[in-house]
Amino acid sequence: MLELITTKLEDAANWGRKFSLFTYPFVTACCGMEFMSVAAPKYDIARFGAEFPRFSPRQADLLMIVGTITEKQAPALKRVYDQMAEPKWVIAFGVCASTGGFYQNYHSVPGADQIIPVDVYIPGCPPRPEQVLDALLLLMKRVQDGRGYSQVRHKREKIVLEQRLASGQED
Amino acid sequence: MSKKVLEALTKKFGEAIERTETQFGDEVAYVKREKLVEIATWLRDDAAMAFDSPVFVSCIDLLDLRRPDENGRLVQVDTTQVPRFEVCYQLRSLKHRHRIRLKVRVTENDPRCPSLADLWKAFDWQERETYDMFGIRFEGHPDLRRIYLYEEFVGYPPRKDYPKEKRQPLVRRGDLPGPEGNL
Repeated sequence: MLELITTKLEDAANWGRKFSLFTYPFVTACCGMEFMSVAAPKYDIARFGAEFPRFSPRQADLLMIVGTITEKQAPALKRVYDQMAEPKWVIAFGVCASTGGFYQNYHSVPGADQIIPVDVYIPGCPPRPEQVLDALLLLMKRVQDGRGYSQVRHKREKIVLEQRLASGQED
Repeated sequence: MSKKVLEALTKKFGEAIERTETQFGDEVAYVKREKLVEIATWLRDDAAMAFDSPVFVSCIDLLDLRRPDENGRLVQVDTTQVPRFEVCYQLRSLKHRHRIRLKVRVTENDPRCPSLADLWKAFDWQERETYDMFGIRFEGHPDLRRIYLYEEFVGYPPRKDYPKEKRQPLVRRGDLPGPEGNL
């Protein structure tokens, strides 16, 4: 019975989370124009509850990596991700953030997932606003199912802890 | 267009000008390294020259480069015979509306070049960029540090012998499969 309540509670919390994603736009390059277009009234990301960009990572739970990440920027990106409160999700916006795009050289990171875990990748140079909204819907499904990277990690850590407690190796 | 600048230069400095040429309407003077500051000072201060606008500093790596010879055929540059790098200073006079490019040849083993940052303030960051990208040591520069890349970076990427995809990461995820780092 207790298990039933906790899982249902988790579902309810996830339902709330998926409709109130607070984005932190990590905008580094030209994809930012397309991001602005998604956020502007014509495509209106607010319809899905992800309308309010927070310019402090501590208040955000969705990190949008919009544009190329260079090796020099990588520590800053990692730091921003570490500052965000759990649970948190990441969208790689555009090919540069997803794979490095057409940069195959000394200065660019081949995909932001070399630095931090990414939940949804959006291809395109830059992606159409419809693609971004599609990715947002995918992410919302993921949030509801509890399959986001940080959610899964949290569950895994909990199981490990429980096992350790059960076998009597308390810290 | 600026032939008279070249003529005045060769007349005044003679020996210090190694070679002059015209490329696509731009006049180029190859200058001896020791005389660069003297020549540049004269170009800036002489009333008939009055080069008041510094345009850019850059560098050319001649490794694996093919250039046209006197017959117009492309010939491989032999960097064992000629110095590998050419440092270029492009100057312009807004007053007299003429331009000149000064080139200094430096070798790979001794990549030193006098700095013109004291003459034209705008060359400060340009010389830092040239140092960052090609490793040319500008002597007398007030603050010669890397400007784009990070301090930990080893080597000079636009040099032709730098491996095209060699990355020098500052951070990587620890949970990635395979060897961490240079992917």
